[in-house]
Amino acid sequence: MSDAKIKVSIKNLYKIFGTEPQSYLEAVKQGLSKSDLKEKHNHVLGLKDINVDMREGEITVIMGLSGSGKSTLIRHLNRLIEPTDGEILVDGEDVLAYSDDQLRQLRRSRMSMVFQKFALLPHRTVLDNAGMAPRVRGDAKASIEQEARRWLDRVGLKGFENSYPHQLSGGMQQRVGLARALTSNAPIMLMDEAFSALDPLIRTSMQDLLLELQKDLHKTIIFITHDLDEALKLADHLVILKDGYVVQQGEPQHILLNPNDPYIEDFVADINRARVLRVGSVMTDAAHASHEPDGVVQARDSLESVIALAEGDTNKAYRVEDKGQVVGHLEMRDLVRALVRPQAPEDGVRAS
Amino acid sequence: MATYDFLFNSLGLRDWCDAHAGEKITGLAALLKKTKGESVTWQETPFPSLNALNDACGAIPRSGDFTRMLETGFLDIRGALKLVLDPLTQPLSWMLDGALTLFGAIPWFILVPLLLIAALLVSRSIQIVVFMIISFAMLLFVDHFEMTVETLSIISVCTVICVVLGLPIGIAMSKNDRVQNAIIPVLDMLQTLPTFVYLIPLIFLFSITEPKLYGIAIILYAIVPVIRLTNLGIRLVDKDVKEAADAFGMSDMQKLLGVEIPLALPNIMAGVNQTIMMSLAMVVIASLVSAPGLGERVLQGINNNELGVGFIAGFGIVLIAIILDRVSKAALSRVNAAHH
Repeated sequence: MSDAKIKVSIKNLYKIFGTEPQSYLEAVKQGLSKSDLKEKHNHVLGLKDINVDMREGEITVIMGLSGSGKSTLIRHLNRLIEPTDGEILVDGEDVLAYSDDQLRQLRRSRMSMVFQKFALLPHRTVLDNAGMAPRVRGDAKASIEQEARRWLDRVGLKGFENSYPHQLSGGMQQRVGLARALTSNAPIMLMDEAFSALDPLIRTSMQDLLLELQKDLHKTIIFITHDLDEALKLADHLVILKDGYVVQQGEPQHILLNPNDPYIEDFVADINRARVLRVGSVMTDAAHASHEPDGVVQARDSLESVIALAEGDTNKAYRVEDKGQVVGHLEMRDLVRALVRPQAPEDGVRAS
Repeated sequence: MATYDFLFNSLGLRDWCDAHAGEKITGLAALLKKTKGESVTWQETPFPSLNALNDACGAIPRSGDFTRMLETGFLDIRGALKLVLDPLTQPLSWMLDGALTLFGAIPWFILVPLLLIAALLVSRSIQIVVFMIISFAMLLFVDHFEMTVETLSIISVCTVICVVLGLPIGIAMSKNDRVQNAIIPVLDMLQTLPTFVYLIPLIFLFSITEPKLYGIAIILYAIVPVIRLTNLGIRLVDKDVKEAADAFGMSDMQKLLGVEIPLALPNIMAGVNQTIMMSLAMVVIASLVSAPGLGERVLQGINNNELGVGFIAGFGIVLIAIILDRVSKAALSRVNAAHH
C-alpha cells in the first residue's frame, strides 16, 4: 500500500433503487437483506455500505460479476447516478453538495470517462470525438485540435483523424474513447468495463497501452471489470464487489494469496498463478537463505519468468532485489508451493 | 298519450311540465298515429331520449334544441375567441398571401429553373430533376402551372410552420413523460378526426375569404407526424451516447443541439416527409374553404360534373406528390447515409 494522497473517497455509500428509497434506508442499515427488500418491498438494493479510498496516481480496479453493482458504483463518482445515502469526496470536497454548475465543471475538467460500448458520436469525425471534452468546455478551437491530434497519435490512431467511428474496428473505436478521455486532461479517469467488449488479443494490447500511458501520466484511474486476469494485471488497489457490498479490498497479490471469502476463492481458483504472482509476494526474509543464491531476480518479476530463468530446476534459489536493494530471498521450492492452487470451495458459487 | 307520461305523473312533476311547456312540436310519425287513433304498441317503446321525454313533458328540451344550444353557446364565445385568435393567426394570412403573390409574380421561365436547382441541391439526383422537367412541361402545356405554383406555395408555407412549431413540441414531449401523455391524445384526435369536421369551427371563427382559415386546417392536420417523429427520434437516441454527453459535462442545450437532434435527424426528416405529403392531401380538401390551387379545379370538376377538369387537376396533384415525396426522401436517405 502506497502512501500517496487520497484523491477520491467513498464513505458509507448506499443506493436503493425504487420509488421510495429513503423509507427503507434505515431498515437496510439495520441489516435488511437484498432478497427481503426485493420480495417484501419491491425495492432493489444496489450498493450497501461502500467504503473505498482511491489514491492519486494509482489504478483502482473494482471487480465483480454482472449485477454486483460495479457499474452503479462508478456512476456515483460523477453523479450520473445519485446515491441514497453516503459521501463521495473528490480532493476532499463533497461532490454531493455540488450545484449543477459545479458538477458540470467537475465532469468537464476533473473527471473523464471511458465506456464499455464506446459511446462515440456517430455523426462526428474521430478528431471531433477526441476533442469532445475541451469543446464542451469552450476552449479555443486551435488548441482543441492540437490536443486531440496529440492524444490520437499517442493511442496509435494517427491518420484516422477524419474517419467516422463506424469506419473503425471495435478496438480502434475504443482507442478513440481513450483519446477522448485523455484529451479532457482530467486527473481522474473512470473506465467502465472499457475493454470488456473487445477481442482477447485486442484487450491485452489495450491493457498494455493503458499501463504504458499510466507510466507517464500518473492519473487516478478507476477501472471496472468482471475479468480477474484484467483486474490483477492493472490494479494497484483491488476492490471486489458482490451483491452490492465490498467482499474484500487491498493489494491484488495479497487478495490472491489470502482470499477471505469462498466467493473470492472461487474466482482465484482459475487464475494462472505463475503469471500473476510476483516474486515479492512469495519471497522469504534474506536471513533465511539456506544456501548461496544462483542469481538475482527483481521483486516485481512474475514467477513465470523466474521458472524460465531456473529452467524448471527446483533446487535453485535467488536473491531478490528491488531498485538495486536486496529485499529478500527466493527458494524455488517455495515458489512451486505457491503455485499449487487451492481447491474451489465446496460451498462456493460453482457448487450450486 | 306519450310513453313516459307515467314517469312524470308518478314523480309529481305534471304541473311543472305543463307550466314550462314550450310550443309543442309533434313528429310526423306521431301525428299520423294520432290521426289514425292508434295507440303505441309495446314493440315501439322508444328509448327515453330527449324527444321521447319531450312528448311526455313539455318542459324537457328536444334534441334539436340541444344542438341549437351548442351552436348559440359557440357563437357567444366566438367574439372572445376571435379577439385572441385573430391577431395570433394574422401572420399566417400574411405569409400565405405573401407566398402566393411572390411565387405568382415570378415568370415561369425563371421559377422552373429555380425549383429544379433547389431540388437538385436537396436531392442530388438527376433522375428526379428529369422527372420534374417532364412534369412541369406537361403542366405548363395544359395551362395548369399557375395553379401548381399556388398549391406549392401553400404547402411550403405550411410545412415550414409545421416544422417550426412541431420541433419544439416534439422536443418538449421527449424530455417529459407528462407532456408526452398530455399531447398524445390531442395528436391522436387530430389524426382520426375526419378532415371535414375541423373545418366546421374554423368556418365559424374566421371569414372564409381569409387564407389563414385553410392555413390553420392544413397545419393542424399535417403537423402531427413531425411532432411524433421528433419525440420518437430523440427518445431513441442511443442512451450510452446520451450518458457520455452527460459524463463530459454537456449542458442540456449542448446535448440537445450537439447530440440529440443530430442523432434524431433521420427520424425527424421522415416526419417532415410525412408532413409535406399530408399538407398536400389537405390542401386539396381545403379548396372547400377557398384554398386556391389545383384542389380548386378538382372541386370544380366535382361540382359541375366536369370530368376532364377534375381529371387533369387530379393528375397534376399526383405529379406534385411524386416530386415532393422523391425530393424529401432523397434528402432523408442522404441524412441516413451520413449517419451510417
